[in-house]
Amino acid sequence: MAYADEKAFSPSRRRFLQGAGAAGAGLVIGFHWTLGLPRVFAASANGPEDFVPNAFVRIAPDDSVTVISKHIEFGQGTYTGLATILAEELDADWSSVRVESAPANAALYGNALLGGIQGTGGSTAIANSWEQLRQAGATARAMLVAAAAERWGVSAGELEVSSGTVSHAGSGRRASFGELAEAAATQPVPEKVALKDPSEFKLIGTRVGRVDSAEKSNGKAQFTLDIYLPDMLTAVLLRPPRFGATVKSYDDSAARKVRGVVDVVETPRGIAVLATGFWPAKKGRDSLEVEWDESKAEKRGSAALYAEYAELAKEPGLAAKRVGDADKALNEASQVVEAEYRFPFLAHAPMEPLDAVIRRRGEGYEIWAGSQIPTIDQGAAANALGVKPEQIAIHTLYAGGSFGRRATPTGDVVFEVASILKAHGGGRPIKLVWTREDDIQGGRYRPMYVHRLRGGLDADGKPLVWHQRIVGQSIMKELGAVPESGVDPSSVEGAENLPYAFDHLAVDLHNTEVGVPPLWWRSVGHTHTAYSTETFIDELAHAAGEDPVALRRRMLQDHPRHLGVLELAAKKAGWGEPVPEGRARGVAVHKSFGSYVAEIVEVSKGEEGLPKVHRVVCAVDCGVAVNPHNIAAQMESGIGFGLGAALYDEVVLEDGRPQQENFDTYLPTRLTDMPEVEVHIVDSAEAPTGVGEPGTPPIAPAVANAWFALTGERVRQLPFKRARENV
Amino acid sequence: MKVSMTVNGKAASADVEPRTLLVEYLRDHLELTGTHVGCDTGQCGACTVHLDGRAVKACSVLAGQAEGAEVTTIEGLANGSEELHPMQAAFREYHGLQCGFCTPGMVMAAVDLVKTHPGASDETIREQLEGNICRCTGYENIVRAVKAGAASMGGQ
Repeated sequence: MAYADEKAFSPSRRRFLQGAGAAGAGLVIGFHWTLGLPRVFAASANGPEDFVPNAFVRIAPDDSVTVISKHIEFGQGTYTGLATILAEELDADWSSVRVESAPANAALYGNALLGGIQGTGGSTAIANSWEQLRQAGATARAMLVAAAAERWGVSAGELEVSSGTVSHAGSGRRASFGELAEAAATQPVPEKVALKDPSEFKLIGTRVGRVDSAEKSNGKAQFTLDIYLPDMLTAVLLRPPRFGATVKSYDDSAARKVRGVVDVVETPRGIAVLATGFWPAKKGRDSLEVEWDESKAEKRGSAALYAEYAELAKEPGLAAKRVGDADKALNEASQVVEAEYRFPFLAHAPMEPLDAVIRRRGEGYEIWAGSQIPTIDQGAAANALGVKPEQIAIHTLYAGGSFGRRATPTGDVVFEVASILKAHGGGRPIKLVWTREDDIQGGRYRPMYVHRLRGGLDADGKPLVWHQRIVGQSIMKELGAVPESGVDPSSVEGAENLPYAFDHLAVDLHNTEVGVPPLWWRSVGHTHTAYSTETFIDELAHAAGEDPVALRRRMLQDHPRHLGVLELAAKKAGWGEPVPEGRARGVAVHKSFGSYVAEIVEVSKGEEGLPKVHRVVCAVDCGVAVNPHNIAAQMESGIGFGLGAALYDEVVLEDGRPQQENFDTYLPTRLTDMPEVEVHIVDSAEAPTGVGEPGTPPIAPAVANAWFALTGERVRQLPFKRARENV
Repeated sequence: MKVSMTVNGKAASADVEPRTLLVEYLRDHLELTGTHVGCDTGQCGACTVHLDGRAVKACSVLAGQAEGAEVTTIEGLANGSEELHPMQAAFREYHGLQCGFCTPGMVMAAVDLVKTHPGASDETIREQLEGNICRCTGYENIVRAVKAGAASMGGQ
């Protein structure tokens, strides 16, 4: 399959997942799953009269069209987007379309943009499914048409399909998909089908309703937390207070006395308490006395790490990008601007903390979870239980957000629940629940980074050299996915491909060794590179005495799609026109995951010395807009998510121990923080690219640039709250 | 201890530990899993239900404190003849949700808001629902949904 913008997808993640995919290649699940938990899975059985032309769609005699999603739905609208693509080519009646989660089966449901393993990430769900689901829908449509042609004795070319009905204009005959389903199932699968021209699209590009919104509004949607199996135990796990510590010894006598506690077991990840419910399990955990072996634990705090990183940033690192001779050009520059940026550990804090349910079934096990990478989760559970991956079946449920948290390289929560079952033995199903404190303090953070930037201007005040050093942990190292150069692409993405035209450019990387497990956090490297690059280009514009939009426009001449969103946002925001009193504007433009986003914000001075953001004008170019309404929703989402992190969020380590615990100290964006957001979508015929992440990177630098325009103060440490306290 | 209350219009009673929280009772004993748990500390609002007609965070109330009370959860919000309560319908129509985990609490809080602040402005909606956290939507569609839901509830 070819994509218009192959570079769009994080090469780092793709490479990692190719590596991971090799281990799990060719997995085909031998299980048959028609008997699972009635509430969860009864609907997934194929009926004998159903038409199942391929792995992605099933049409039943009752006219229902069930699209099988190989991607998890954790809010980003994937179920709706995928169903829209398939239903478009099928010419289905949208009101008859349902979506079900695919089982773990990488052979059928691999992600071509993640190296073929089954998983969701890198904003690839729509992009990697685009051709596949169009083909799947068109094939099903052709077989329905063939069935109708045969039944009516007419040629297929005389038939029309619309809203789930095949009709023959000449004779006035009509049949619904359901009426044709059984006959269609006997038709040969066509080798080649014609796809629609985009001008023929009826669903794609329109506002279709979310397929999941009714059941999420009335409480029927089922999350992992909502799984209650007969005789099930609930487990909580006491993890070490410092990352890398292990259990030396423990006393569970008090825990075992707690009414409802059934067992206390040691696992590779800590001590688990199993009980008849969550609260006795938690009370049992609170009663544990554990001596930890901290000889290999990470004991440094955030302040010490910042100091070490800042020293490293003064030294040359691994070469991530070289254009011209940046060192020489800096020496010869008429004016040099310097800045150091600091980025904290960030927790993802999805609304549903991690959880998973496991039970023994026949010769294997079944797991219920918000499984973002089923192939990895399958392997992790198999590893913990000493069985083969194909003995692990996974039911992927709706998940209460993720932002990267559920895509761990070691299948963390699934490994934990499988380890607990292994240690406990017994036949009872087990639900493992993370508390919010476990979530905020449990690691897998967006790592800390320090950036040092130097920019040089020539005698005319024109920027001509860019010199950037990035210091921080490699996310990919644990996966063995860092290339020989040692440059982890996910550490430098968004900086090494700086779009601005510089004659001389150098980007260096220092990988640091820290015992805190890292993870991708919505937009990964772009979370920090967009901030440093877009605020520093603003600093250079200021040094050059040039308007920030004008300078960007001039230096982005070779990047028409960057320019497109910049111009659109500038026009819609009224850039250059008077700002309401007490406010100032700031701009940022950044490409990530194949999509281009510009955001222009208006800020004023708010409470506690922080910016109050009033308005965000966002322009996005993500190729064909499959669902404009969802694209707007994802931009609002990314802006809200990024704004909270920019203003408030950090996990601070003191002597290696996380200091934040819950939403009182790790502050999410609340309703009163949220600005008015307008989203404008660039009209495009390019293949669609991601929207889950690209809205996030520009918001923090846009706010910082507006804050400078308002106050003359540059904020070079996130969150703003910390930077302002340091003023 | 024995607790008895009316939940979604039906009498419910059970023997529970005295420290049992209302949210635990609803989920573990009555299998009303639409009421979610996001923080266990009363900060996120995912567990919001109605206790005698007023919104409360069910992780901050003991089941025993609801003795004899009328409790309504997201599952009981719509009356028998309607598929969705007008506020639920508005959340569906205006896409006032993404992952959906905070949604039941948000809807329950919004219905209470309409009762206590009929004709609420955008600003009032934002202030009054500030105790409910959503990590996905950026809240824009939630505010739109609440306004529309309030309108179709007729300010009731």
